[in-house]
Amino acid sequence: MDSFSFLLVAVILTALAFDFTNGFHDTANSMATSIATGALSPRVAVAVAGVLNLAGAFLSTEVAKTISGGIVEDSQVSLVMIFAGLIGAILWNLVTWLLGLPSSSSHALFGGLIGAVWVGAGGSAVRFGAIIEKIVIPAVASPVVACVVALLATYLAYVITRRTSRRAVGKGFRAGQIGSASLVALAHGTNDAQKTMGVITLALISTGALSHGAGPPWWVVLSAGLAISLGTYAGGWRIIRTMGKGLTDIQAPQGFAAETSATAVILASSHMGFPLSTTQVCTGSILGAGLGRRLAHVRWGVAGRIAVSWLLTLPAAAAVGGVAAWVADQGDLGVALVAVVALAAAAGFYVLSRRRPVNPENVNETPAPEPATTVKPAA
Amino acid sequence: MDINWGTLAGVFAISLGITAVVVVLFSLGLTAWSRTGHGSPTSHPPGLRHQKTATATALLCFASCLAVAGYGIGLIVTG
Repeated sequence: MDSFSFLLVAVILTALAFDFTNGFHDTANSMATSIATGALSPRVAVAVAGVLNLAGAFLSTEVAKTISGGIVEDSQVSLVMIFAGLIGAILWNLVTWLLGLPSSSSHALFGGLIGAVWVGAGGSAVRFGAIIEKIVIPAVASPVVACVVALLATYLAYVITRRTSRRAVGKGFRAGQIGSASLVALAHGTNDAQKTMGVITLALISTGALSHGAGPPWWVVLSAGLAISLGTYAGGWRIIRTMGKGLTDIQAPQGFAAETSATAVILASSHMGFPLSTTQVCTGSILGAGLGRRLAHVRWGVAGRIAVSWLLTLPAAAAVGGVAAWVADQGDLGVALVAVVALAAAAGFYVLSRRRPVNPENVNETPAPEPATTVKPAA
Repeated sequence: MDINWGTLAGVFAISLGITAVVVVLFSLGLTAWSRTGHGSPTSHPPGLRHQKTATATALLCFASCLAVAGYGIGLIVTG
């Protein structure tokens, strides 16, 4: 099998590693509020999310036709650039995980690719108009749309149930949360596992291992599904804590409202052809749920940090992707060097994370105190 | 660059509508369910007829939410 070069194997392994980081980065999207309100215990929540992500991966294997969806000149994307782009995305995912910040894995991948293509094929291969249209505008719109929808939903939930006993309301909404969170996890599996399948399939096509227009082979579907679901099961506890406890103080009706809003926005947007980032939608809906409840505390400092990380995602991943592309372009030795440095960095981040570990036992403890702002009554 | 603001507005309107419907139905369902005597200990147990209406309302609300969720799963599965 001549077509399975060292570089191709490196791309496939890196794509699966990216898929794994994508999984643990995004567990919080579906499960953070359910864990925070006690609708599901932390370990059960990540298991449910992992299984649903795996199911989602098999439900939809209609992979993308192009690597970038048009944000770079796809005909000029080489295997080295894909490899370098993935490295940039993985490292950015690990940095944001260490800091407990939810950031979009798709944007990290796009950022990495942009940097790698810019270095490898020049600035003319990067389509800045498409970046504004497909990344910047949706990134601004996602949290705003989700925030407004969740704010209204939370307000309605509290107004309608105000004369009902708190105990019954809490119990009922917690049960509802299991359903709404599961839908987010399933939708995530169909969207995000596909991304990795697409990258691997297009890499295989570019080397001639697969014919043009071929769908992903079974082992690609299986490995991509397993990687994202194992990542999800590993649980990015640091990000779960930020989204469940850090942004605002979530109660069951808010959790239900936030998850229902997120599901509706994600499904409506992907069905109507205006794809929005799952991470940004989920973060926006949690913020909206915080604003919709009377006297809820919204920690604007945390929200600000998250917003800054979103601003930095594209340039930071692009910078790493660009450097990685330059080194990896020197041949197999360069590729190996990039892989070793990335592995060392990942190990370093892991060691750093052990200093202040966040795990299923302490995930529901509120993070380090920060001045909280009391929001004016909305209900 | 071609930003489709109309579609974005559509996404906003539809998700707002669907979310509001689901949350209102679920909340009404919970309110009705608690009137059937479930969850809230009351000193005056509701009359049988009242209880039946409340149960039917609650079940109707929850079934409608499930139907919307089913539609959502349908959208996910068919892409």
